[in-house]
Amino acid sequence: MAALRHPAAPGMSDLAASSPIPERRARSQAWWNAVNAWLLLLPAAVLLITFTHYPILATIRHSLFITKRNGTEVFVGLDSYQAMAADPIFWKALVNNFWFALGTIPASIVLALVMAIWVNRNMRGRGFLRLAYFTPTVLPMIAVANIWLFFYTPDYGLLDQLRGLFGLAGWNWLGEPSTVMGCLIVMVIWKEAGFFMIFYLAALQQLSPDLDEAASIEGASRWYTFRRITFPLLMPTTLFVAINAVINSFKLVDHLVIMTKGGPNNASTLLLYYIYEVAFTFQDSSYAATLTVVLLVLLSAVALIKFGYLDRRIHYQ
Amino acid sequence: MRGRTHPVEAVAAWLLALIWLAPLAYAFWSALHPAAYATSFSLSAPWTLENFARAWKQAPFARYYLNTIMLVTLVLVGQLILSTLAAYAFARFKFRGSGIAFALVLLQLMIMPDVLIVENYRAIAKLGLLDTIPAIALPYLASAFGIFLLRQTFKSVPQELVEAARVEGAGPLGILWRVYVPLARPTYVAFGLVSVSYHWNNFLWPLIVTNSVEARPLTVGLAVFGAPETGVDWSVITAATVMTMAPLLVAFLLFQRQFVQSFMRAGIR
Repeated sequence: MAALRHPAAPGMSDLAASSPIPERRARSQAWWNAVNAWLLLLPAAVLLITFTHYPILATIRHSLFITKRNGTEVFVGLDSYQAMAADPIFWKALVNNFWFALGTIPASIVLALVMAIWVNRNMRGRGFLRLAYFTPTVLPMIAVANIWLFFYTPDYGLLDQLRGLFGLAGWNWLGEPSTVMGCLIVMVIWKEAGFFMIFYLAALQQLSPDLDEAASIEGASRWYTFRRITFPLLMPTTLFVAINAVINSFKLVDHLVIMTKGGPNNASTLLLYYIYEVAFTFQDSSYAATLTVVLLVLLSAVALIKFGYLDRRIHYQ
Repeated sequence: MRGRTHPVEAVAAWLLALIWLAPLAYAFWSALHPAAYATSFSLSAPWTLENFARAWKQAPFARYYLNTIMLVTLVLVGQLILSTLAAYAFARFKFRGSGIAFALVLLQLMIMPDVLIVENYRAIAKLGLLDTIPAIALPYLASAFGIFLLRQTFKSVPQELVEAARVEGAGPLGILWRVYVPLARPTYVAFGLVSVSYHWNNFLWPLIVTNSVEARPLTVGLAVFGAPETGVDWSVITAATVMTMAPLLVAFLLFQRQFVQSFMRAGIR
């Protein structure tokens, strides 16, 4: 077969390696391979460099400079970082991000798992159930925010109308620092749980039914079977979902733009939203760059955990 | 776990489903009834399309639709072409630096354009593209996610088919087009659905780079329309909200299985 191949044919490397061609031809083949590959990569590479790699480096650079009124840049070293450390809104946003993640992730994961188990059963109407659980996933966050905004509207909104039935006075749900975060968390759980459900559903469908059968023959209770067999087997899925949920929790800020604008008194602001405000409302792009560096560090930490630790563990299970 | 379901659990499952659908059902109720019935649910409430008519008249939603459709088309076509070429390079060519190049591509899975808004805004401004539809699309055209998915798929293409095409005289691009692309169709469908949903719904970046009716997608148009300062009726805003999400929702209801499988395939990778 090797003799039949046209010598100039840009060979697939794995074939080329196995055929006994003279060294010079092999080398030109390898060169030709590389040229082809880089040409194929070129368009994507240009855009990736322009909108991902260069911006990452530029962010770090800009965080070390400030731009004067006349447009000249002055190197200020870590001054912006010191200013950031002294900025209470930055810390507020960071802490809020933490509570937002803690409020949304475990609850969505538990709900997602319960939903998946139900949908995986031979229950009547499971198609409908799956549809109901998954639907919020396909809706734009901004539309969701509009709908929920109305639930939380003081007095006139649905929640207060319900409270009114019990003779309770109206409450400004999104206007009070004590309730605003909780309200947003509930909404995000509603939006995300169905999305995570499908990963559990996929995992459940790959589990062997024999396991359940064996367990039930042994007389294990359903809860015991779940706790000792199903849940451990779903661990890779749980880790995968958790990582994605953490990344999402840093990106999800659309709703803040129309629901709270980060308020009241920054009680609901998140890091990415604060970056958006600093850059485009306060027009301070060097401070916005400093804040972005923090976000990049956080995301890189998640990436390191994912690639360095979890992927390896998941693989061996 | 797949055995008989306890009735209590069945009730709980249905209850949760109803709770999950309630916000959406409420949006439809409010959009399809006169403002007076926005919070009073009575079976005798008259149905109306008036709210839609008013929303359509009060803001250029036709233009917003057109913008969003142009945007998702541009993004999808760009992503499909660029990811196909790049994935082919990674899946079938052995070349020096391919490992590092691939790692650099994967970086975008973690640090997405969504968080690089400050620098990307600078870049778009330098290119003189502010307030255009390509400005919204550009940062997303090279998709690490698309490259990754297609590379996985391409790697599973049987070598015999490639060899057969080569014997018939196909070059590298011919082989890609005739062998790889047709075999990857399910991946293309999955990636396409996820991409269209994502960019139909995307908000923050379009909000930042657009400033006029001519470039604004639906989501941004809806936010501008629904801003409290505008004093628009609640029912009209819900009608606009329903209009914004309707196309995806209808597509989802029609191709439910496809959607769920696509999101699943795309996520599991």
